[in-house]
Formats: sequence, C-alpha cells, structure tokens
Amino acid sequence: MKLYWLSAKEIRDKILAREVKAEEVLSEVFERIEDVEGKINAFITLCREEAFKKAKEVDSKIANGEKVGILAGIPLAIKDNISTKGIKTTCGSKMLYNYVPPYNATVVEKLLAEDAIIIGKTNMDEFAMGTTTETSYFGPTRNPWDISTVPGGSSGGSAAAVASGEAFLALGSDTGGSIRCPASFCGVVGLKPTYGLVSRYGLIAYANSFEQIGPIARNVYDCALLLSVIAGWDWRDSTSIQVENIDYTSKLSSKIGEVKVGIVREMVSEGVDEAVLKNFYNYVSKLENLNIPCEEVSIPTIKYVVPVYYLIAMSEASSNLARFDGVRYGYSLNIEGETLDWDKFYSKTRGSGFGAEVKRRIILGTYALSAGYYDKFFLKSLKALTLIRKGFDEAFKKFDILISPTMPIPPFKLGEKIDDPLSLYLCDIDTIPANLTGIPAVSIPCGFYHNLPIGVQIMAPQLKEDLVLKFAVLSEDIIGLKNLKPNI
Amino acid sequence: MEKAKTSISIEEIKHLAWLARLELTEDEKKLYTRQLNKILEYFNMLSELNTENIPPTYHLTGKVNVFREDEPKPSLDVNEVLMNAPRKRKQFFECAKIV
Amino acid sequence: MAEEGKVKIGLEVHCQLTSLKTKLFCSCSSDYRGKPPNTNVCPVCLGLPGSLPVLNKKAVEYAVMVALALNCKPAKMTIFARKNYFYPDLPKNFQISQYDLEGFEPLASNGYVTFTVNKKKKTVKIRRIHLEEDPGKLYHPGGLGFAPYTLIDYNRSGIALLEIVTEPDFTAPAEARSFLQKLRSTLEHLGVFDGSLEGSMRCDANVSVEGGGRVEVKNISSFKDVERALSYEVVRQRELLKKGVKVRMETRHWDEVRRITVSLRVKEEEKDYRYFMEPDLCPVTIDEDFVRRIKIQMPELPDARKERFINQYGLPEYDAEVLVADRSLADFFEDCVKIYGKPKPIANWLMGDFLQCLYSLDVSVKDCKVTPKHLAEMLSLMDDGVISIKIAKKVLWEMMKTGKPASTIIEEKGWRRISDMNVIEAVTEKIFKENEKAVKDALVDEKAINFLVGKIMEATKGMADPALTNKIVRDKLSRLKERLQLN
Repeated sequence: MKLYWLSAKEIRDKILAREVKAEEVLSEVFERIEDVEGKINAFITLCREEAFKKAKEVDSKIANGEKVGILAGIPLAIKDNISTKGIKTTCGSKMLYNYVPPYNATVVEKLLAEDAIIIGKTNMDEFAMGTTTETSYFGPTRNPWDISTVPGGSSGGSAAAVASGEAFLALGSDTGGSIRCPASFCGVVGLKPTYGLVSRYGLIAYANSFEQIGPIARNVYDCALLLSVIAGWDWRDSTSIQVENIDYTSKLSSKIGEVKVGIVREMVSEGVDEAVLKNFYNYVSKLENLNIPCEEVSIPTIKYVVPVYYLIAMSEASSNLARFDGVRYGYSLNIEGETLDWDKFYSKTRGSGFGAEVKRRIILGTYALSAGYYDKFFLKSLKALTLIRKGFDEAFKKFDILISPTMPIPPFKLGEKIDDPLSLYLCDIDTIPANLTGIPAVSIPCGFYHNLPIGVQIMAPQLKEDLVLKFAVLSEDIIGLKNLKPNI
Repeated sequence: MEKAKTSISIEEIKHLAWLARLELTEDEKKLYTRQLNKILEYFNMLSELNTENIPPTYHLTGKVNVFREDEPKPSLDVNEVLMNAPRKRKQFFECAKIV
Repeated sequence: MAEEGKVKIGLEVHCQLTSLKTKLFCSCSSDYRGKPPNTNVCPVCLGLPGSLPVLNKKAVEYAVMVALALNCKPAKMTIFARKNYFYPDLPKNFQISQYDLEGFEPLASNGYVTFTVNKKKKTVKIRRIHLEEDPGKLYHPGGLGFAPYTLIDYNRSGIALLEIVTEPDFTAPAEARSFLQKLRSTLEHLGVFDGSLEGSMRCDANVSVEGGGRVEVKNISSFKDVERALSYEVVRQRELLKKGVKVRMETRHWDEVRRITVSLRVKEEEKDYRYFMEPDLCPVTIDEDFVRRIKIQMPELPDARKERFINQYGLPEYDAEVLVADRSLADFFEDCVKIYGKPKPIANWLMGDFLQCLYSLDVSVKDCKVTPKHLAEMLSLMDDGVISIKIAKKVLWEMMKTGKPASTIIEEKGWRRISDMNVIEAVTEKIFKENEKAVKDALVDEKAINFLVGKIMEATKGMADPALTNKIVRDKLSRLKERLQLN
C-alpha cells in the first residue's frame, strides 16, 4: 500500500521509528498530488520548497536523537482562510488573490512547533460562504469519490485533499457546518470544536460568533491527535477558553460507560433524503445491538436555525469584510490616470473583487443591521438564539449525546444548486445548531449511496470533546468505515 | 404577531450597496433583488417566534473581564506593514483623493 | 452681540488616555508622536485579516476613575460595539466603540462638572462616557479637496480614547472653553492625561441657535480654537436667521487655517452606523469592589486641591482657582512652597509674570526652564534686598530664556543692588557737582529731590538702593543747608 494511505499516526510512528524518512513520505505525497490534483483542484497554493525544507529538518533532528513534536513529519494541508506567514492566503477570493500575511495564525504556530509539514493551502468557498466549494475564485473542488459531484463546503479543499490521499491531515473552519459537511460528503472525519476551544487568532473572519478552526482526518484517532495540538487558550483571542486537559488521544479507547443517546427528531423528519435516513438508521440499529438505546428527542426551535444563523452570520460578515477596500492589501482597482474619489474607488474595487455570494451576504447583512431593521432582524435573531440554546440545554439534561445525519441529502452534482442560494442554505439545517450553541460536533462516515459517502453527526455538550471523540471512535468501530480510499 | 416587512425594492438594494461600498451592475441589482427577496421571505418565519422578554445572546462563551496588561510589545517592521500595499508613497499608504 | 435667539451647545470631547503605555486593543506602544509613518503598528491596529482585539486593563481602570471624578455612575456591565462606516483612516472600516445596546449601558453616565466662567459658577451635565479607538492620520498634500491622492499613517490607529459627551447645557462659547479647561485639569490631576501633547484632546460640538436646526461642528483640536470655532458658528447661524434663511441640520468641518466652518456635504440619512455588539470582545463588569479600589487610588482632584490651597496656604479663592486650573502649575507652586515657605508671594509671581512669560515664549509649565528651586532663590534674593521687584522681573525673563539660576544672572548682568553707602555717596557727590541748579532747587523744593535721586539711579543703572539713596541725598542736602545758614 502506498505510504500516503497510511493513517497520520501510523506514518508518524514510522518516521519516528526511522522506518521511513519524512522526506520520502513527502515525495510520495507530492507525486500523489501531481496525479490527482488536476481532477480534484483541492489546493490553491502548494508549498513544495518550504515543505521539503521542513521535512529535511525533521529527519535531521530525528537522526540526531533530538526531541521532535507529536506531528513530526506528517504532511498536512491548511484551509486558505487561515493566516500563514509568508505564504499566500486568499480565502478563495479575487479580493485577496495576492495577499501574503506577515504573521502566522496561532494554530499554525502550534503546528510548526509540533513539526508538522505544511504542504499547501486548500480551496474553499469564497470567504467561507458556501456549502459546496463552488464559489471559489480559483474554480470548484471536486469530490474524489465522483468528480462530477461537489465535495461539500466551505472546507471542500481540505476534505478532498485528505480523502484523496493528498494529505494526511488538514485544518478546516466551521461556521455553519463547513468542516462537517465536506467531511460527510468526502467520507472523512471532521470535527467542529467547542466555541472558544481553538484560537481564532489568524482565522480570517466570516462570522466571529460561530466559527472555529477544526481538524479533518481519515479516522477519529488522527482527528483527535490534530485537535490536541491546535486546542488551548490563547491570550490573543479574547473569546478563547481556558481548558484543563487538551490531550484527546490518551483516553480515546477507554471504556465509555453508560451513555444516553438522543436522535434529534427535527433532523430526521421532512426534507431528509431516504438514502440518508436508511444509512442513519442502519447505524442506529448497530448502536442498539451494543445495548446503547437511542431515543428520539424534539427540539422545536430547530425550525428557526437557518434564518437565525444566516441573519447573524451575514450581519457580522458585512462588517468583517468592510476592511477589504484595496488600500492596505489585496486586489485594488487600477486607477492610473483616473481622478476617482475614494468612495468610488472603494465601491469599484469591492464590486469587482468580491463574488456574487459574498456580495449577496454583505447586502443582506447590511440590511439586517440597518436603521429600522436592526430590531426586526438582527436583535430578533439574537433573542431567538437564546431560545434555541435553551432547547439544547434541555435536551442535554436528558441525553449525553445527540446524533443526526450530518447532511439531509447525499452529495449532489456540481452546478445543481448554485443558482438557488436558498436551497443551499437549507442544506445546513443539521449542522448549524452546533454552531449556534457552541457545542462540539463531529461527522464520521456511516455509509454510501451509489458510491457517494454519507455521514453521521455526533454532538455533546460544550467542552465534552472527549465524550464526542470516544463515542465517535466506538461508532467508527461498529460501522467499520475508516481510512476510506476513493478510486481516483 | 407582526410580520416583518418581507420585500426589498431595487432602490433599497441600491442604497444598501452604497452603504456597503459595493458597485453593482444593473443585472446584478436585478438578480440580487430577486434572490434576496426569496431568501427574506423564508427568513420571515422568524416573526412567528415569540421572543418577548427573552434577552439577546451577545456572546457564546459567557466570559467577562478578559484583559491584557499595559506592557508594550514590538510592532511589525515597516516593510512587513507595507509589503501588501497596492499603492504606497515614501512610507505612507496611498489612497484615492478625499473630497 | 445683541440678545438674539438663545444658544445651545453640546460637546463631544475625545481625550486620549495618554498615560497608558500601549494602545487600547493591542500592545503597540502608545508613544506614536514623531515616529516615522507606519512603524508603530501590528496586525491588530492595522486591521489585518484574522487579527483580534484584546482589551487593555489599565484603560478600563482609568476610564472608571475619570467617570467617578466627573460624578458619573459606572455601568454594572458594559460591552463594546462596532461603529460601521468607511473612511481611509479606519483600517477595518469600522471603529470599536461603545453604544447603547439592549441589556447594556455605556461605561458611565449621568454625571456633572462644575466650573467657573466669568467669575460665576456653572454646572454642565455629562450624558455619557465611553472608550473607543483612535483612527489613523490622513495627509492631503496641497490641502483637503485639492490633493490628487491621500496619504495614510496608521501609527495613531488604536490609541485609547475616552469620549465624554455633555448635555447641550452650554449657552455661550466661553462656557465651553472654561469647561474644557476644568476637564483638562481634572484629567491631568488624575494622572491619566497630558493636555500638552498635540492632538490629545479633540472636540466636536453641536451648536444650535433658537429658531434653527442643530449643526455638528467637527475637527476642533485645540483649546484656543474652541471658543473661536463656536463663536464663528453662532455668528454664522445668527446671520442666516436674521436674513430669514433656514439653518438646516448638517455637519460642518472647522478649518483652523481659514478660521471658518465648512459644510461637509454628508447627508444625514447616510450616517447609519449599523451598531452591533463587538463579537470578539467580552463584556466588562464593574462591581462595587472595583469601584472602591479605584476610589482609594484616586489622586487629589482640582476642587479638593483648591480647598486645600485655601485652607493650608491661606490663599484667596481666586488664586487657588487659577493655580489649580493647570496641574503642573499647582505642582510647581507646592514644590516652591516647600523650599521658600511663603505661599502668597509665590502665588502672585506665578499668576502674574511667570504665566505671562510662558505665554510669550509659548512654552508649558512642564517644559519651561525655570524650576521651583529657581523661583524660590529669586524670591529669597528679593527678600534680602539684593534685587528690586523691577529687576526681579527682568531676572525671571532671563531665567526663562536661559535656565540659569537667579544668582548667576545677577552677577553676569551686573544687576546686584548697590547698598554700599560709600559707593552711593561717591555717585551722589558726582551728581551734585553736575547739577548745581537742581541742588539749589532741592534746597527749597521737595519735588526737586526726586530729580536728583532719579539722576543717581540713572547713573547706577537703577541698581542703587532707592531708600538708601534718598536718605543720602537728603542728608547731604541738610548738611549743605546747615553750612549755607552758618555762612
């Protein structure tokens, strides 16, 4: 078997044991990228030089018996909305097509400290606004399982890279499902951590109140491994939480004890595709075979999550994206010989630099915050948010774990929904609640439909990553789908 | 329960685009007006929800009093500051004129 | 000005918390003045994508201290909000400020400031106080409106500002000026602010004259300009109303060079700032414990200091008020009393010649070359009769210009008072010989004696002790009279 299909843990152990060199692994990975990248388009930027330099360093350290990090030698990809010093960071947008950050995101500093090998920046929906990675200025990413279908979004590039063997691990970001959706569609594991667990310093903001950087891998252990590195309090992020223990791998395989599992009724009722339900209940019956009873629980306020999420997210986005005006960085209108004043200069630059979905969201967000509409839309959403969170608090009084399908429908064809924004928003209905409540949620593969992956979502109360991961590992075992390899 | 106004006119879209400094083509204005109205119509279901006396949730973590000590740290090197600048003059950022 | 429509003025004062070492939301140095452009910025104050603000703890402490000094009530819980608008000096195209959002109040509100204007006491209510960040600085080569491009320096971006908003309780521009002086003195006494730094206090005003709309005047950046700008605007509005022209609600810019206000062509309906909570910052709670701790640490405020000056040093109220109006001056006074001991003469000199010198040389108390020790020495020399008051005034000037102590200046300039009787007698002899007629006159006419004394003073360049000279002349004249009578 090719090296790039091993799990992250396995490859790291091999490198540490000097059975194989990091440089060798990296070479194979780049060969793989050359093979399939043309069909998938998972990457916007590849960092061959820097990666090989780092790989050589790691090999040298190991040869000298020096201590190396827990991600030593693992080739890893980073979503292109996470700032990497000296490496272009575009957010999938023309607006930042040439932007090179002068600083690293905190998570990147942590990865480098643990000797991970950053191989490139992955494709994404423009400014993380999307569910299919079709809105990227750099062209869509394709699902490695079927390149005529979408990989999910907005972290489609990261999920596709991991799924296709182009990377062992990847970082994505999740604002309304942007890690879990592509994880589900690409047959990999993706986790959105508790809000505040992972520092957002360096994550180019879309919706500050909901987003988190999270790990994507081909199995739950690898996911937990990456989470252990990126989690932890950061003084540079005021919303960052202090946590006691961030080692999520050590107790992963220990016995889980008694858990009460709730199936969120609103996520398995109308609008959910039959194939999805079939796979989901297949998984449920496997749980019941293990004497883990699953009971339905209703959280009626879920009905409102789509408007609540989008109104708040779009409002924050309209403000976050105001800084892109062509003055300090990024795309700028060419005004040679023109006598534009600054207002027009801003409007033309932004009108040209942003894609349609971004512009739509900025306009709607501006609307929701504007005088006369703030109460009806934005403030109302914040109040509804309180009710939604209460609903989940109630549910967690009776249940330790909540499960649901990750996406209501299987992966669909490229171009199928892109002209109907609302239809895409509705796809997020299962993933959005975890963002609104700040709870951890992971998606793991649970089946297939016509060779297209279907995922199941596991949720737990805030800061219970260990429980979520333990249950995920148990589920992964009984489902039997891990380290999947698409035929590409 | 009072329903929020559900439709935006193309004039309002023009005004919003100006507030957000986004120059739109005529086609874009028409397309977005149509699409955004469809979205707003769906979002309008929010007005069914009774939120009287419900406090808004402004922050998810519930943390308060997050501070930093008043101790200076080094700033960026000026070359790093200006390296992405589309236009600069001496060590200033250059922007179009202000009237 | 004839008693036309009543004037209503409200002020929005922005004070930099200049005593902080760092900016409000990042750890860049707060000492930005004079640095080459864009050398005092970081990802946060430059607004780079992905950067996040972190609140300066001391800024909150200072803000609460100011709130208490201005008799305001601090909020139990306060949050930050984004004020969204586009402008090249705003790196994020929003400013992190504070706003009234449901469930939260501004940092402090409902206070008052009492001050003296035209010898009468006036109280103005403070509506609110809050923290916000300063934008960067724009440069328009050739002047605003004429420059083909704009240059931007973000060194100042992110500096901590305290915004203090008053109720429209001012009825005349002079009141606004006195208020600002009181405010400045208060902030300086608290140790959070140095008003002598350029741009440290800026002011926007809302001015309306009865019968007309409210006009916002922006960009008033020095104390001298406040009264000028407001007076100009009041006159402008009154002229319009006299002609029957409507004064419409608008925003005007104070042009400090041309000394006029200019319309900014900003339509009111466009000022939709779309305020909402700043999601990257957490709320701040100000409980009773916190307030108590701040109260204990609070330095002496101008009003309390004024009372103490009256009681401790026996100064009249007027003197105490003038001294306390400038913290550095009050500090100078007390330091000088410690050395010299007699408060009233010090006060007189400080309020008179000292301040006059500073004004002429355009220098602040802090930066002037005269120290309390210098002044004390000069006053002692006067007490010892070494110099007269007239000479002392000249000595003070020289001290101001050179920084040399009084004793040195006196020696260098030869300004020591002549008290040696032999020397004066010798000069008197000479003068008597040269002015025989005057001497004859003086024998019969008292007034003519002054002429002789004057001549002796002239000959000694004013250094002769006047009283002694007078005595010597009279003695000489009476001896002469005796001799003549005997003959």
